[in-house]
Amino acid sequence: MTMTREQISERLAATGYVADRELPIALQLMELLGRPLLIEGEAGVGKTEVAKALAQLHGSPLIRLQCYEGLDQSTALYEWNYQRQLLAIRAREVAGADADSVERDIFSARFLLERPLLAAIRRDDRPVLLIDEVDRADEEFEAFLLELLSDFQVSIPELGTVTAKSIPRVVLTSNNTRELSDALRRRCLYHYLDYPDAERETRIILARVPGIAHVLAGQIARMLEGVRKEELRKVPGVAETLDWAAALVGLGVKNLHDDRETAHETLRCLLKTQEDRARLTREVTARLFGNVA
Amino acid sequence: MRGEQQRILDAPAVGELALTQLFDFTHTLRRNAFTIGLKESEDAARVLASAVGTRAVTLRAALKALFCARRSDWDKFDNLFDAHWLGRGVRRVVKMTPHARASATATARWPQAPEGPRVQAPGIGELISGSDSGPLQKPGEARGRMEGASRAEHLAETDFRKIADPQAIAEAHALAARLARKMRSRLTRRKRAQRKRARLDMRRTIRRNICHGGVPIDLMWRSRKHKPLRLVLLLDVSGSMSLYTSVFVRFMHGVLDHFREAEAFLFHTRLAHVSAAMREKDVGRALERLTLLAQGAGGGTRIGESLATFNRWHAPTVIHSRTCVLIISDGYDTGPAAALAAEMRRLRRRCRRIVWLNPMLGWEGYQPIAQGMQAALPYLDLFAPAHNLRSLAALEPYLARL
Repeated sequence: MTMTREQISERLAATGYVADRELPIALQLMELLGRPLLIEGEAGVGKTEVAKALAQLHGSPLIRLQCYEGLDQSTALYEWNYQRQLLAIRAREVAGADADSVERDIFSARFLLERPLLAAIRRDDRPVLLIDEVDRADEEFEAFLLELLSDFQVSIPELGTVTAKSIPRVVLTSNNTRELSDALRRRCLYHYLDYPDAERETRIILARVPGIAHVLAGQIARMLEGVRKEELRKVPGVAETLDWAAALVGLGVKNLHDDRETAHETLRCLLKTQEDRARLTREVTARLFGNVA
Repeated sequence: MRGEQQRILDAPAVGELALTQLFDFTHTLRRNAFTIGLKESEDAARVLASAVGTRAVTLRAALKALFCARRSDWDKFDNLFDAHWLGRGVRRVVKMTPHARASATATARWPQAPEGPRVQAPGIGELISGSDSGPLQKPGEARGRMEGASRAEHLAETDFRKIADPQAIAEAHALAARLARKMRSRLTRRKRAQRKRARLDMRRTIRRNICHGGVPIDLMWRSRKHKPLRLVLLLDVSGSMSLYTSVFVRFMHGVLDHFREAEAFLFHTRLAHVSAAMREKDVGRALERLTLLAQGAGGGTRIGESLATFNRWHAPTVIHSRTCVLIISDGYDTGPAAALAAEMRRLRRRCRRIVWLNPMLGWEGYQPIAQGMQAALPYLDLFAPAHNLRSLAALEPYLARL
């Protein structure tokens, strides 16, 4: 199934994800070249959403692996179900089964606990595998991942080699808490997600917040453009924008200028630290509101 | 290289001219510090042969996704592509200012770069950054840097190579090694006390005792993951520090060599991440690379601004919960003291310990009244004098206690 760029961005928009100009091409290349896609960007610009939208786009399931420090193969790939194995051994002992058959039995697929990576390569409907915040995992895990992503096969000593039935579409995201290895970067297609411009953000708000007026969406987007230029510790991302928009809609605000007081009070949806709240004083927000017009 | 050209030419039916151009383009990118392997070139040829390759706009986005590997690549790619394929501008190596990024579209004006190729690109978590007006240079990647050699605007260049005296280097290394050992052994002792309250790891216990028929004989314990202490060095190499720079640069090299985890930065009016250069085992080569990075050294100091750069771009990557930041500076700051205080407060929140070594403190009658020093004092865990190797060695017990 090959889709053109326009088709991809249309269908992405239908799933509620408003893509920038270059993302559809990157997704198209994923199909063409079968490479994983590495997405970087500030927190809250919608990196994870890309994977969700991609899964919806292809109508395939999304399998998510959240990385963290200390993540190892037994939580990412597979693990034997020890308790069940022990129970089975005891039960067979009572029944007087011979040792060989017991051994064959307890190391069969029935006793295998699938973790996300194994689940992804054992499915035959090309799932989207999201490896979230890969920079949080240790370097050893990254090396293991590299091997998996090039061969799409796993060897389990007791069972033999499991080869992928279908090659999953792999999306990796990184927040840049640690520099990723060059090998992994080179293996992947790369996309940098930036904060959206006002026009795209308006479309995102319209797509994601039901019942919002066109005028208000535009005002929020332009307001955010101003807020992001202020020197804040935590620059608000798209997720925060949507929270704020939902809050304003919930409070019945139709136009920012009609109800500046509420707008200022609800700014806490955007600002997540005390320091930032102190910085956006009434005077500052008044100036920002003035620019929105 | 000839092999690569052949492989590209063997790729699916695309005009030979286009493929030759693609081959040239990969060369241009490599000269601009992109990491591109044979597989990428092959894939690019496939892209060129597909429907994506028929329009310049889609081809650019496609090759961008394929060839870029990090933010800095991403920022300079559009200009390189336009120059090569659309004939906008003729230079093959891009000079980019932070402002050019915003306008890096198909219609971007070609910046008027002075003669001589160089690589410059700001980026998230990138290695170096500085004031808007000052030129930026990206260290750490040898290929990129070799092209961006010296430049005219840096009149004062400290030559770090002169300090490659083997005797002094050996001493500095010995000290760093001692320090590394002390700081490590302290951790070990702490860990032992902790082990009393270790928790049983059920899963591994069962796994281990399968051979006993499930009767738990060997018990497995969970222990806390050992996180070695990381030392982050921020060394002031401005003019007022020039007397002491050599001592500390040697010390820095020793620290990077002996600590399991350490990062090093130099700052004057800008901040430079120099770990990659300093990890070079051969001291001479390390110092040579450092000389390239530290251009502008020996001039003024902007501690506040350098710390801001550090907090903004480097701190998330290099600081974790067991990090000790060691700042070596005389505290003579040309920037506003309030800015320095704000940055120190920010840094304080992030890391475990902050040590400030001040060479001036060893002088008789010196009081830390420099405004910058005053501003930083409340945030320090240890404020101590250090002006040569001996005084640094005297600090050993204090540093080891951190």
